[in-house]
Amino acid sequence: MTHVKLSMAQALNQALRDAMRADDTVLMFGEDVGALGGVFRVTDGLTAEFGESRCFDTPLAESGIVGTAIGMAMNGMRPVVEMQFDAFGYPAFEQVVSHVAKMRNRTRGKITLPMVIRMPYAGGIGGVEHHCDSSEAYYAHTPGLTVVAPSTVADAYWLMRRAIEFPDPVIFLEPKKLYWAKEEIDLGTPEPGIGKAVVRREGADATLIAYGPTVPVALEAAEAAAAEGRSVGVVDLRSIVPFDDETVCAAVRSTGRAVVVAEASGFASVSSEIVARVTERCFHSLAAPIRRVTGFDIPFPPPHLERHQLPSVDRILDAVDDLQWEDS
Amino acid sequence: MSTVEERLLPSAEPVRLIDEHGAAHPHTSYQLPSAETLTDGYAQLVKGRRLNDQASALVRQGRLAVYPSSHGQEACQVAATMVIEERDWLFPTYRDTVSIVSRGVDPIETLTLLRGDWHSGYDPHERNVAPQSTPLATQLLHAVGVAHAARLKGEDTVVMALVGDGGTSEGDFHEALNFAAVWQAPVVFFIQNNEYAISVPLAKQTAAPSLAHKGIGYGVPGERADGNDLAGLLAVLGTAVERARAGEGPQLVEAHTYRVQAHTNADDATRYRDDAEVTPWLERDPIKRLDAYLSGAGLLDDARRAAALAEADRVAEYTRVGLMEDVQPDPAELFQHLYTVQTPQLREQAAFLADELAREEA
Repeated sequence: MTHVKLSMAQALNQALRDAMRADDTVLMFGEDVGALGGVFRVTDGLTAEFGESRCFDTPLAESGIVGTAIGMAMNGMRPVVEMQFDAFGYPAFEQVVSHVAKMRNRTRGKITLPMVIRMPYAGGIGGVEHHCDSSEAYYAHTPGLTVVAPSTVADAYWLMRRAIEFPDPVIFLEPKKLYWAKEEIDLGTPEPGIGKAVVRREGADATLIAYGPTVPVALEAAEAAAAEGRSVGVVDLRSIVPFDDETVCAAVRSTGRAVVVAEASGFASVSSEIVARVTERCFHSLAAPIRRVTGFDIPFPPPHLERHQLPSVDRILDAVDDLQWEDS
Repeated sequence: MSTVEERLLPSAEPVRLIDEHGAAHPHTSYQLPSAETLTDGYAQLVKGRRLNDQASALVRQGRLAVYPSSHGQEACQVAATMVIEERDWLFPTYRDTVSIVSRGVDPIETLTLLRGDWHSGYDPHERNVAPQSTPLATQLLHAVGVAHAARLKGEDTVVMALVGDGGTSEGDFHEALNFAAVWQAPVVFFIQNNEYAISVPLAKQTAAPSLAHKGIGYGVPGERADGNDLAGLLAVLGTAVERARAGEGPQLVEAHTYRVQAHTNADDATRYRDDAEVTPWLERDPIKRLDAYLSGAGLLDDARRAAALAEADRVAEYTRVGLMEDVQPDPAELFQHLYTVQTPQLREQAAFLADELAREEA
């Protein structure tokens, strides 16, 4: 039976499990990923099924986790490592930028690093300081990395399978607030591969461009807009790097209006890159400047103020209303 | 009975089997390597010295952008390579050109990085030599990963991971020792303590009694050797490799040596040290020392000395001629090696540059 109802965390767990069954060079390691099954239970039961040589706890040191994963990938393994929380990933940043991203380039393709760095990502769970960050721009800005973020349960499964099979290193951003969202999915029908955006909702009047945790919010906003008589489509990037200009631009050209929705601070961000790219390519199709709904340019707020940072349905609808409609 | 602490503690004095006058010094724990190993080692030292000096000359002639010489440290360079097998791995830093060439990598490919053609000129898989690492101590973690993967695959590969005295202050040095110890990974961490991290002397780098002591906190045995005594280095490093191969886990070895030249040609060593400090180290030169021992033992005569020099000259000449050639790397390569499958964005940028170059030519 390929139809199952799973949460995103369970779908990721199933993807890791299926990947480990399919290929015995796939290894899982990080902090608390063994007996505990990860603080979000994404690696639950993997040590029990595959043993401690396939899924194991490491000393508490993120640079060590990523650095040793590089060596393991150099020596024929496909490591999948966990950073536990996005904001815990910074001690590993030098390894990611100086080595993960550059090894293939430095060696003219002689060393490839098939490895996945998993990060529970972004906000919406009321996490305390240093447990929620939107760090995608750091990784997306680093040539040599592939950066993906699922927004649906099915996509979590398929993007993870593709990421593990991918010949190059992948930064895999797992939206924390979607870990417990349940969906009936068909594991027999693959989602598109890495590098492809998908249209999650067709629209004729405006296009919302979102990724990871903002996709459900954008869909909700599109639904609300429909109730107000506006047909708003939603494009889910799925893959930030490589960026799917084709799908995004086709959607924007068909509507002439667009809003980019992202949790991260807007300044020097993935959202600003999207606006620049789409403007360069679709300028003559645009009826209004592209708007953004992003987090403020502040450190990720404490839990009681978090809702002010995260893009809301209302903010998205306001941005859509601002797209210089002739009737307004 | 030895306690855990005693097992981890380095010996009180750096291990030395041949002193600076060329006299043999018997040691209770380590044996003098065979005559054949030492004569082979001598030839490699001579070759290494010649390569160091040739590369420095090529910097003066503008053929290399920079060269961090290991002049005076050749015994460390050669020993690191001599004690490992073909299936083992070497993880070098930017100063370890001689070690890489001793491993059998083409010297021109090794120097590609410093000439400025590409970041790593050799195929790391061909001789199991990782790309030279410029970020300090980061490569030690890769070494641990390679070693752990080898163990998981059931292979008895050992990894020789090189680092300098400055590198021991970096976080990754400590993480690498800790990971290797917890995993009992077959890695020999080999510190070439040459007393300076660019301009900063060892006393400002660490307050530890020796760098070899740093293993204790991680449960990694430490040992130290006279870094200008090839015989002592071969014995200490060889023992560490044997233990690692036998499943006894990682070991830390510190070689006491000295950077007799500046950090690179871009560095002015007179700003931070006196010539008076350097002079005694010239007397402890690893080649002179081994020459004196081998001559005294009747293992080296003028003919063998001349043969070693001739081979060194041949390699230097090959390197010089190769690096005098003007090589123009293909700009299209700028985009080719980031991803196995090129992204649409890089394809566009490659086309843009190709077009720009075509217009320049027209």
